[in-house]
Amino acid sequence: MAASESYPDDLLYHPAHDWARIEGDEAVLGVTWFGLDALGELVHFEPPAVGQALARDGSYGEVESVKAVSELIAPLSGSVLEVNAAAVEEPWRANEDPYGAGWLVRIAIADPAEVGLLLAPAAYRALLAEQ
Amino acid sequence: MPFAGYEMPLLYEGVIPEHRAVRGDAGVFDVSHMGELELEGPAAEGYLQARLSNDVSRLGDGEAQYTLLTNEGGGIIDDLIVYRLGRARYLLIVNAANRAGDFEWLASGAPRGCDVRDVSDGYALLAVQGPRSLERLGLAPRPAFSFEMGRIDSIEVLVSRTGYTGETGVELACMPDDAVALWDAILARGVVPCGLGARDTLRLEVCYPLHGNDIGPGWDAISSGLRFACALETEFTGVETLREVAARGPARRLVAFRMVEQAIPRQGMAIAGGGEVTSGSLSPMLGVGIGLGHVPVALSAPGSALTIDVRGRMRRGEVTVKPIYNPKEGRGRERVVP
Repeated sequence: MAASESYPDDLLYHPAHDWARIEGDEAVLGVTWFGLDALGELVHFEPPAVGQALARDGSYGEVESVKAVSELIAPLSGSVLEVNAAAVEEPWRANEDPYGAGWLVRIAIADPAEVGLLLAPAAYRALLAEQ
Repeated sequence: MPFAGYEMPLLYEGVIPEHRAVRGDAGVFDVSHMGELELEGPAAEGYLQARLSNDVSRLGDGEAQYTLLTNEGGGIIDDLIVYRLGRARYLLIVNAANRAGDFEWLASGAPRGCDVRDVSDGYALLAVQGPRSLERLGLAPRPAFSFEMGRIDSIEVLVSRTGYTGETGVELACMPDDAVALWDAILARGVVPCGLGARDTLRLEVCYPLHGNDIGPGWDAISSGLRFACALETEFTGVETLREVAARGPARRLVAFRMVEQAIPRQGMAIAGGGEVTSGSLSPMLGVGIGLGHVPVALSAPGSALTIDVRGRMRRGEVTVKPIYNPKEGRGRERVVP
């Protein structure tokens, strides 16, 4: 069952439809409801390796629906601390709960200044309204 | 949809539930884009026999046949279904993309006494497929590849026991003006509307080739796994080449495979050893990546290990017997994808 549209106020967003939850010097990353809705039900999540370095705006993995594949864009630079094994095993969990059980990776933030470059919820919603 | 910069098609999210509806109950597809050609006249049967790979003389009125329009090299100009409407009148339902080319090929060589007409604008076509499709439409079971005139509510339709999903089902041809009413009448009977995305995953699970992906003019019909649609004892365009290929055995084959490692094969991906994926997707019923691909004959036996280049990652797969998923045996099997 796909979730209904939402963009929680406690998250920050990247224009490529990724979200970040900042937790001190770590961040949890995932794909927004809008991005998941466009892709359809996820059937495969190709995760990065733990320890892999992420560059802001660069690809850190892939997600696939039945008919489409999309790169995951890192909203922040950092290194991978943990991959959500449940999302690898059952990727459609992301469609059901994009901001909860459907998180993808946890990273150590490399440059805290980059957090300020992310979109606040209102700015992300405004971006969607233009599309 | 500018999602993260990839150019692959983003289709709608209903593929898996639609697919499941067809495997478990009944779904309807609007396939009105398909082309219809009619051949009529005393020379029609003989001409079709000389152009189509299967034995059209085996058809009686009300019977249909899967067949191929072949070129001189035994390559596949199109795959189609031929319907015998009468002793001297045949209907061909062809792939939309090949409609113009098929018409030209057939019309240009037609002898006196065989009129070739493109009647595509005179037909709408809805496919109702799934184990409960006949029951939901109130139709009696009939042999596969038979057809007859009938009515759904008060709408006159040509009911054909054919389809592209591997399930029991019918294809309903009607006048274009009746198409909306027919669609509504079908939905009113609890049949689930389905898109062409689900049609593609359904046909792939049962290994029906898609012209333009898996088969085409550059691949002969025997190597493409369509020996069953070639009546090699009849005389038709390209038959000599096909007899030779059948006698010496093909060098390459179109095979079905499933992934052993987690990955989804896609059209155009390389298969190590000189092969290529021609169709790929996730199997909604099996929960693994599946596909069709051309491989050298040494890699073509069921059980052969394949290595597929999934955007730079080498992932293992295995050649399987066709179909990859058998609707009759698979009924009730545990689904992996919810």
